[in-house]
Amino acid sequence: MATTKTAKKLNLKEKYRLLTRDLDWDFSYEDKKEAFPHEEFEGIKITDWSKWEDPFRLTMDTYWKYQAEKEKKLYAIFDAFSQNNGQMNVSDPRYLNAIKLFLTAVTPLEYQAYQGYANVGRQFSGIGARIACQMQSIDELRHVQTQVHAMSHFNKYFNGFQDWSHMHDRVWYLSVPKSFFEDARSAGPFEFLLAISFSFEYVLTNLLFVPFMSGAAHNGDMATVTFGFSAQSDEARHMTLGLEIIKFLLEQHEDNLPIVQKWIDKWFWRGTRLLSIVGMMMDYMLPNKVMSWKEAWEVYFEDAGGALFDDLARYGIEKPKYSEMIEKEKEHISHQAWWIFYNFGHVAGFHTWIPSDEEMDWLSEKYPETFDKYYRPRWELAKKMEAEGKRFYSSGLPMLCQVCQVPMTFTEMDGDPGTFSYRTTVYNDERYHMCSNGCHDIFVDEPEKYVQAWLPVQQILQGNCGGPELEKILSEYYRFNVGVDNMDFKGSVDEQNWNKWKGTA
Amino acid sequence: MSKVYLALQDNDMSHYIVQAVEEDNPEVTVIYQPAMIRMECEGKLVVNRATVEEKIGREWEIQELQLSLVTLGGNVEEEEDSLTLSWNQ
Repeated sequence: MATTKTAKKLNLKEKYRLLTRDLDWDFSYEDKKEAFPHEEFEGIKITDWSKWEDPFRLTMDTYWKYQAEKEKKLYAIFDAFSQNNGQMNVSDPRYLNAIKLFLTAVTPLEYQAYQGYANVGRQFSGIGARIACQMQSIDELRHVQTQVHAMSHFNKYFNGFQDWSHMHDRVWYLSVPKSFFEDARSAGPFEFLLAISFSFEYVLTNLLFVPFMSGAAHNGDMATVTFGFSAQSDEARHMTLGLEIIKFLLEQHEDNLPIVQKWIDKWFWRGTRLLSIVGMMMDYMLPNKVMSWKEAWEVYFEDAGGALFDDLARYGIEKPKYSEMIEKEKEHISHQAWWIFYNFGHVAGFHTWIPSDEEMDWLSEKYPETFDKYYRPRWELAKKMEAEGKRFYSSGLPMLCQVCQVPMTFTEMDGDPGTFSYRTTVYNDERYHMCSNGCHDIFVDEPEKYVQAWLPVQQILQGNCGGPELEKILSEYYRFNVGVDNMDFKGSVDEQNWNKWKGTA
Repeated sequence: MSKVYLALQDNDMSHYIVQAVEEDNPEVTVIYQPAMIRMECEGKLVVNRATVEEKIGREWEIQELQLSLVTLGGNVEEEEDSLTLSWNQ
């Protein structure tokens, strides 16, 4: 019998120390400030990087082991989904339009997150932060790949999935998510972490990846719920990183507090505007409903976010500015956003529709204060006009907010919610337009940054997007299949195909 | 006191974890939603390795939780034998 004892397995803490902290080195002949040139200009003061904590204590070997297992499970499900013609089991073909929007609006953000974390992971002199950013960067790349693989199956059967990456860089409404991430990536490394790891990952991605993905399951889309939850299993780690970052910054130096608070105010507002798209996806684009946007908002923003900010109060952190405005908007935003797309359905890369009578009743039930009063009459009018053969499309181009880039059709929350909300400011003799106090204040704080915004409508009017005929902009610059990808779902090729496959044509 | 929460994919493995959490956190609320299971608790929630191992009948590492996680809320403390979520208020 062998007498040698096998070496005792390392405990988690020891393993984490050896495989992360112990990989770092000191700079003996190079100036550390030159090696990490972006670490100080934002004004954040770090006195001791060794205080950085990674609560999950994940090391690279364990990371690969679990990620590989997640991938195996995920791809087995993708195979099963396509082998069994899973696309035929979705609740209603209108549902696919939410997925088209996801592929063109969200998946490219995963790629931007991958690039962003690869960049900031280089910028920190603390090894713990560098390793955490490295893992998150790889996670984000995985999310891009799995999402593209999952949705490529739908590309075989439905229109509008063909050129998502090209569209993301050009299409008017996709500049909303694109510019959000570019704003974060062109900030300093600490602001990027605050924006993406904390504001976006900790609070806001929950709203996208949890209730919306649960909704995908409820609509028979096994592929999407699986990539969504597989991605979200990484997000739980990212969220924890986000919370640790903010605690770390606040514990390092008291001078960090006002900087961090300003970033929280900015990025919660930016994120709220971005998520108006997700609000309409949940309330209008999921045929089988799980919960309303308002309910999701209450669970994940108000309750979860509230608990978070109560926890951070001991550092002197206050709830994000504009929280009261955000709370009022939850009654309105999804309805206003879907109305924008209904009005501009001819220039969207997916189909729009008027909610059915049952769907409107559900919205009345979920939004008793606002739906019947402000929004049902619009849809009833749209329905009447459609029945008379007068389906209405807005022929003008909307004015966009200089900061969030959403068309300026959101309304005042203090006073009459039927009045459009406009703010303006003059900078270097030019007048700039914003949709809200939040976007106005963000602009005024960093005008040099936001005057450079690439606003799709202005670019079209300046002749930088081809045309000038609208159809040429859509077909040549955006690469839409005009008359196939856009317009109403009713009468679309997608609808005709679906009816043919189901034998109901 | 705020609630901490832990949401898992609704899969076979998660059912054992939920049983373990229910046993170790008698005040937990378990909510079944499409494709996911959400557990929430006032102030604190613990997943103990030993309890999960007893339910599943094999060795189980705390970090295997990564495979089923959907989301969580609270400060995370991961140890060899447990994972704890808590708010410090």
